[in-house]
Amino acid sequence: MTTEKKLTSLAECSHGDCFVIKELNIEGTLRRRLLDLGFVKGAEVVVLHKSPLGDPVAYRVSNTTIALRNDESSNIFGEIVRGDLK
Amino acid sequence: MTSQSALNHNSLQSILAEVKDVSNEDIRDEIVSNIYDKSKSLCKKVISEKQSELYRSDKLDDIFTSRIWGFPIMLVMLGTIFYITIAGANVPSEMIASLFGYLETQLTSLFEALHAPEWLHGILVLGLFRGTGWVISVMLPPMAIFFPIFALLENYGYLPRVAFNMDRLFKRAGGHGKQSLTMAMGFGCNAAAILSTRIIESPRERMLAILTNNFVPCNGRWPTLILLASLFMVTGFTGATGTLLTAAILMGFVMLGIVVTLTVSWTLSKTALKGVPTHYTLELPPFRRPKFWNTIIRASIDKAWNVLKRAVIVAAPASILTWVFANIYIGTTSILMHFVNFLEPFGHALGMDGFIMAAFILGLPANEIVIPILIMAYLSQGAMLEIEDLSRLKQVFIDQGWTWLTALNMMLFSLLHFPCGTTLVNIYKETKSAKWTFMSFLIPTVIAIGVTWLIATVVRAFGLV
Amino acid sequence: MRANTIALAGNPNTGKSTLFNTLTGLKQHTGNWPGKTVIHAEGSFEYNGEQYVLVDLPGTYSLFSNSTDEEVARDYIIFDQPDATIVVLDATSLERNLNLALQVLEMTNNVIICINLIDEAEKKGIRIDEKKLSRELGIPVVKISARNKKGIDQLLATLSDLVNGKIMTTPYRMTYSQEIEDAITKIESKLKVYFQDTYPSRWLALRLLDGDEELILKLQHHNNNRQLEVKTHDVPISVKS
Repeated sequence: MTTEKKLTSLAECSHGDCFVIKELNIEGTLRRRLLDLGFVKGAEVVVLHKSPLGDPVAYRVSNTTIALRNDESSNIFGEIVRGDLK
Repeated sequence: MTSQSALNHNSLQSILAEVKDVSNEDIRDEIVSNIYDKSKSLCKKVISEKQSELYRSDKLDDIFTSRIWGFPIMLVMLGTIFYITIAGANVPSEMIASLFGYLETQLTSLFEALHAPEWLHGILVLGLFRGTGWVISVMLPPMAIFFPIFALLENYGYLPRVAFNMDRLFKRAGGHGKQSLTMAMGFGCNAAAILSTRIIESPRERMLAILTNNFVPCNGRWPTLILLASLFMVTGFTGATGTLLTAAILMGFVMLGIVVTLTVSWTLSKTALKGVPTHYTLELPPFRRPKFWNTIIRASIDKAWNVLKRAVIVAAPASILTWVFANIYIGTTSILMHFVNFLEPFGHALGMDGFIMAAFILGLPANEIVIPILIMAYLSQGAMLEIEDLSRLKQVFIDQGWTWLTALNMMLFSLLHFPCGTTLVNIYKETKSAKWTFMSFLIPTVIAIGVTWLIATVVRAFGLV
Repeated sequence: MRANTIALAGNPNTGKSTLFNTLTGLKQHTGNWPGKTVIHAEGSFEYNGEQYVLVDLPGTYSLFSNSTDEEVARDYIIFDQPDATIVVLDATSLERNLNLALQVLEMTNNVIICINLIDEAEKKGIRIDEKKLSRELGIPVVKISARNKKGIDQLLATLSDLVNGKIMTTPYRMTYSQEIEDAITKIESKLKVYFQDTYPSRWLALRLLDGDEELILKLQHHNNNRQLEVKTHDVPISVKS
């Protein structure tokens, strides 16, 4: 699948996946906020734990842990790069 | 000068117009990602020896926010704090109370020796000294234990995890995930928590947090809850079991507060404050071991100072006022009793009595003084009581016709009723709206009346008391 | 003698408030959660016979005015023009923290980078070459641990040297793609005519490109007030408006 370069959303990733951001389908302040936090094109995101009720999910980006709701993460697109789990 | 600024204005407009031609979303992204790339390359140059130990926090988070353990751990932590608070506060509370009792006797002898007039002794010793003494002995020990422990959790970094765990619930209710952080601040003081709602950027969600913050019992209400729970709810149990049960009851009240918060938030989101939750990002900072003694000592001193200050500023005048009201007679009845009698039918309908209602109303400036006012009002009925004996207090209440229903409803009313005066002032300052300030008074009051009335009615209908 | 004003900037949760308390001896409430410092706190201290006023800005991830916090922090640096700005960075997540530092460097020259939580980072096996970072960025870099009071003396000495002109900084300025640089140059030259050197014009140009039009209106307002103040001072009677 990855060879076809089909983009998946961050929300579809599961625990332990390593994901590279290709596109942010978000406008306005939230986009800026996400960029500030390190969700920039080309950044690696590791999917960490879910909250007990399933949403939000914690991600590790740029050495920090950031929680996003599904509403946000479903608009962040990129590729899953498996294999280098931490 | 006029022409100068017109010229300036024109040139500024032309700059802005020019900027609009070139500026676009791509440029913005590029600016930010350029900065990011630079940071990254700098880090590569100056940082060495990265290793996976960095992620110890993640392993802890796997437990603290796990599907199975996330909520139970939250409950256990809160329960443990309550347990330690209650178990630890008992002895010092009694000690401080007996110290004040002793001092009161000494002061009384002194007044007698000086042939001071009766009323002066009444105002200063039975009013001011006794009332303030009560506030200090009931409030100081639990607060000086609760808040240092809470501060440890706060400095460790546990609070954002609570916000993370609870977010889904708040989102459902239309609120912001950070509302749980402002609620946690409410444990300390609702008035201060109103200021902390500034961390919520969306005005709608911030208003929800402001309007519901009062459903978290603040330090002025903890002692009321602890006192009544231990006097009336855990009868027949002593020692560790009793303390454990008291802690469990407090947990129940906190849960109830959360349920009411969510329900009110949800209702408002569907009605007066319509809207969908705005975006949400929350950083989970790494866990940091707090400086244990430093945190403990600073938090206890801060809190103790706070309690003492409030006792002097609020409790002292209120105590004097209550004593005066209780001792100035119109006809054969004191002003206080006129007020109490007037409130009696209302109080009775809510499962309480006129004294309790009067205490809550007179306690508007600060929740800490509700119990002292109540006791003083009961005592003005003639029954003498040396305040050094906390357990004899129950007898005073029972003599006034208290049942478990009275205690339960007073606790519920305390949890749910209108915010204190300081909180209302802060709400007005923050919202700049008389309407919303009034709503923040009205909503809790209506809920408090509704809930206690319902319980009283049902309990009486089934003949349970 | 005038007190030096020093701004404390940094990401949330970098221990800014702890440093603030350490330096000023005040008891600003600390806690490990983002957004704790909602109102900026001010305190003062003395070092080597000189007075310093320290302003604890709200913790922010950037200064792009995405939120009120960021605006407060940014406005303070631009309008109040403190004598020095200490950017507090978290040694354990330097990468994201450096973003803010780079942004501050675009705004002002007198910057000290203060890498906090250094003992925590060392425990985790992170080594930071502060001398190299200092060379790369052209400003002093000090490693400290605010809670264990390590490196505070060095920070204060550096601060004193900086405000007394004993250290000259050559702050690193971001360079962007040719397209952006061309646009910056064009706008910057025009802004210079208008604002002279009151505000960092390159930074302003960038913010405009970034779409922050509100900022320029704020600046215009601020600038007019300033000129008016000067004018009224010189010729008090002839002011017309």
